[in-house]
Amino acid sequence: MSNKVSQQFNALLARAEQALRARTSARAIHIQVGSATCEQAAGADEVLAEFQKHVAASGRSDIQLRRTGCTGRCSREPIVGVLVPGQIPIKYERVDRKAVHEIFTQHILGGQPVLNRILDGPVENLVPLEILTCGSLRCGWREGKSFVAVLKDKLAAAGIGPEQVRVTVGSCFGACNMEEPSRRSHLLIRPAKVLYRVADEADLDEILQSHILGGRVVERLQVPGKTIGRKFLELYGDVAFFNRQTRIVLRHNGVVDPESIEEYFHYRGFEALTKVLSRGNPKWVIEEITRSKLRGRGGGGFPTGEKWAMAAKSPDKTRYLICNADEGDPGAFMDRSMLESDPLNVVEGMIIAAYAIGAARGFVYIRAEYPMAIRRIENAIAQCREWGLLGKDILGSGFDFDLEIRLGAGAFVCGEETALIQSIEGGRGQPRIRPPYPTESGLWGKPTVINNVETFANVPAIINYGADWFSRIGTAASGGTKVFALAGKIRHTGLVEVPMGTTLRQVVYDIGGGVAEGKKLKAVQTGGPAGGCIPAQWIDTPIDFDTLTKAGSIMGSGGMIILDEDDCVVDIAKFFLTFSQDESCGKCTPCREGSVRMLEILERITTGQGTLEDLDRLKRLALLMKKTSLCGLGRAAPNPVLSTLEHFRDEYVAHVVDKKCPAHKCTALIHYQIDPEKCIGCTLCARNCPVPCITGARRQPHEIDQLKCVKCGKCFEVCRFDAVLRL
Amino acid sequence: MNSPTCSTTDNWEHVQAISREALGEPLWRFIEECRAKDHPESHLISILHKVQSQYGHLSPTHLDAVAQLLGVPAAKVAGVASFYHFFRLAPRGKFIINVCMGTACYVKGADRIAARLMDELGITWGETSKDGIFTVEQARCLGTCGLAPVLMIDNEMHGQLTPDQVPAILEKYLKKSRSQTGS
Repeated sequence: MSNKVSQQFNALLARAEQALRARTSARAIHIQVGSATCEQAAGADEVLAEFQKHVAASGRSDIQLRRTGCTGRCSREPIVGVLVPGQIPIKYERVDRKAVHEIFTQHILGGQPVLNRILDGPVENLVPLEILTCGSLRCGWREGKSFVAVLKDKLAAAGIGPEQVRVTVGSCFGACNMEEPSRRSHLLIRPAKVLYRVADEADLDEILQSHILGGRVVERLQVPGKTIGRKFLELYGDVAFFNRQTRIVLRHNGVVDPESIEEYFHYRGFEALTKVLSRGNPKWVIEEITRSKLRGRGGGGFPTGEKWAMAAKSPDKTRYLICNADEGDPGAFMDRSMLESDPLNVVEGMIIAAYAIGAARGFVYIRAEYPMAIRRIENAIAQCREWGLLGKDILGSGFDFDLEIRLGAGAFVCGEETALIQSIEGGRGQPRIRPPYPTESGLWGKPTVINNVETFANVPAIINYGADWFSRIGTAASGGTKVFALAGKIRHTGLVEVPMGTTLRQVVYDIGGGVAEGKKLKAVQTGGPAGGCIPAQWIDTPIDFDTLTKAGSIMGSGGMIILDEDDCVVDIAKFFLTFSQDESCGKCTPCREGSVRMLEILERITTGQGTLEDLDRLKRLALLMKKTSLCGLGRAAPNPVLSTLEHFRDEYVAHVVDKKCPAHKCTALIHYQIDPEKCIGCTLCARNCPVPCITGARRQPHEIDQLKCVKCGKCFEVCRFDAVLRL
Repeated sequence: MNSPTCSTTDNWEHVQAISREALGEPLWRFIEECRAKDHPESHLISILHKVQSQYGHLSPTHLDAVAQLLGVPAAKVAGVASFYHFFRLAPRGKFIINVCMGTACYVKGADRIAARLMDELGITWGETSKDGIFTVEQARCLGTCGLAPVLMIDNEMHGQLTPDQVPAILEKYLKKSRSQTGS
């Protein structure tokens, strides 16, 4: 490819590399601090400032401080990485000022990692060498004993113990796209950063003898090129939360500086765009995307290639492209993370999409609640303009495209595409009837393609690594991965990217570490207010658009909330319906009125005034609303109710017949009582009672006056002897 | 310089002058810029964002001025301003406390954080404390679910909260407020 486009690209790449060389040195020690909204909430700014002070005070010029995006390991933030050349990168969790001092003096100056602060630690000792193996079940070694078992046997036979070499099983390395015959496995050796492809035991022997014992790289077996997610694994491959994931869209999160276009170039940035523009065939792009089986990641799951093709064949030549970054689902933050940690990837995806459909103007519709994401995407757009990647004649290809930011203003319904268009046009975000679909008549009546942030973020990877590779990662109907925001009662909260078809069990237990505080899993809520609750017994459901729909929920944009035995599903259904009712735009009657009536019924049920007929009424109303509402919001709003009615009917019955809330959550259906056997009369509960309604002499069992009690639960919280019972 | 498209009144110059005065120069200049682009009315939401960030809320005077200067019906401006949750039509306290009531926060006890907050301040959702310092608002989801439950005061996040941390957080902002007015 030595046409004009690639020449221009090469010139930009050279400029980026030169700028990087001028400010970084391969021999330096790098300290990287995460910097997304959640990291900042956890105190990352303070940590960065403290490191700056320490670096300045040390007078060392070989220590470089850099800022990266967020890895998505939320509950352990702020996360700090220390990269000493030739050593496995060390990541520290929950770093504060004190930890900065310790890390700086002990590790960076003294060369001794602070073991008790290591991410997911503490660890006893650090191993000098680590082998990360591909654990994908789709491809790889299939003869006789498992690959890992053979590897471990061989290490043991050679007298290499786990204190010298650690073997970790990861997920897919994404290296299989280059694989000629399959049935081969991959392993990544850290800190050497060498990726090998092995076919049989002889290959393993050679790596063992030459590389592990002799320190010489076996070039014959080395995988050339930059495989996807490799940089991420080189940095984070030892962390179970990360190495079980397959990072495609999140491959740069926590790796690159989100505000540096030079770094983005360094990690194959704009290579996909160059490939597309130098081919000069928009049809080819649409065919690639169609073949990749990429489906809309906003939740609808509509095949992306098909959507693009519909707009591309429109007779109207003025076409628009919109990125839907109005991430309104409570419990979802994937889009925010992508925009904050790797904004240029989204922009590149958008430029490619615009070229494919022939749009000259694009919009990023982003919610105003995400100030940092707005800043980062603004910065990315400005940099692209400056580097000639947005604007007129992009990379000398003759293709013009520019992007604008439009802010949302806190209306959930604007995530619906026709409402979003209304909002960009400056009006009230109320949906309209489809068809015509936006691909036919959208923004200002012109053909418009609207895709979600994550959909665009997948595009550069598909172009770079190939549609076949992408489609192979997912299921038969749906290619690639999905990012989930794992939250709620889970041990490890954060962002999880897994191939389509991964089971809920793998996400909840292998990656998420199971339910927090040793409680029992009750349900997995997916899809936000439009989704449903999947009961614990369905935990082996593979995650895909169709399977989740079958389970009564939806994929949605990727919120995944884990509910434990303390959560009441009726209360959760009420919570979501309250949300949808409040967000209903009021245009169509089924949604406007139906949601209010359903909420009234749920209110009755949770306060003990419900009847069995109410359950039937609730279901009838829900089905009616689902069938007759104008837009997706109204059609999906009953889902939380319907799915919980389906899977947890006994809990509803307990509320209406026994007047009990099995999870002890619904305030009207519980009462507090003091166990006279356990109460030692410490008076703590009485002193904390706001009413007050607890009486009793010191050292004598106390009593709660049920008529006065407001059921605030304060006594239950403060009692140190478990004497207060919630019944 | 202003094209006469919206000078439907014979006292346009007077109307324009009072509208400009109500918004201040940076804002009316921004509106002029928007009018020079295609589909000027599509910038209405970003204009309202700017007005709110300068004045804290959108008063009827502001809305009317925007309508006049942008050349769109006042009813449309009012309709948009009242449709979106982000826009506030009444003045608020010095610090806005956004309690996240998203799913993750909800299951992790955001209701208890909110209850404690309201107990401490003696106000409920959408209200402003008597001293005019705090306004409590309910946020849909702040997108920091990993740190649930969270609340945001102005643009500062406070995560992994327990109800008992609430008084100390309020005290911190009260101090900040006192030092601002004291100086």
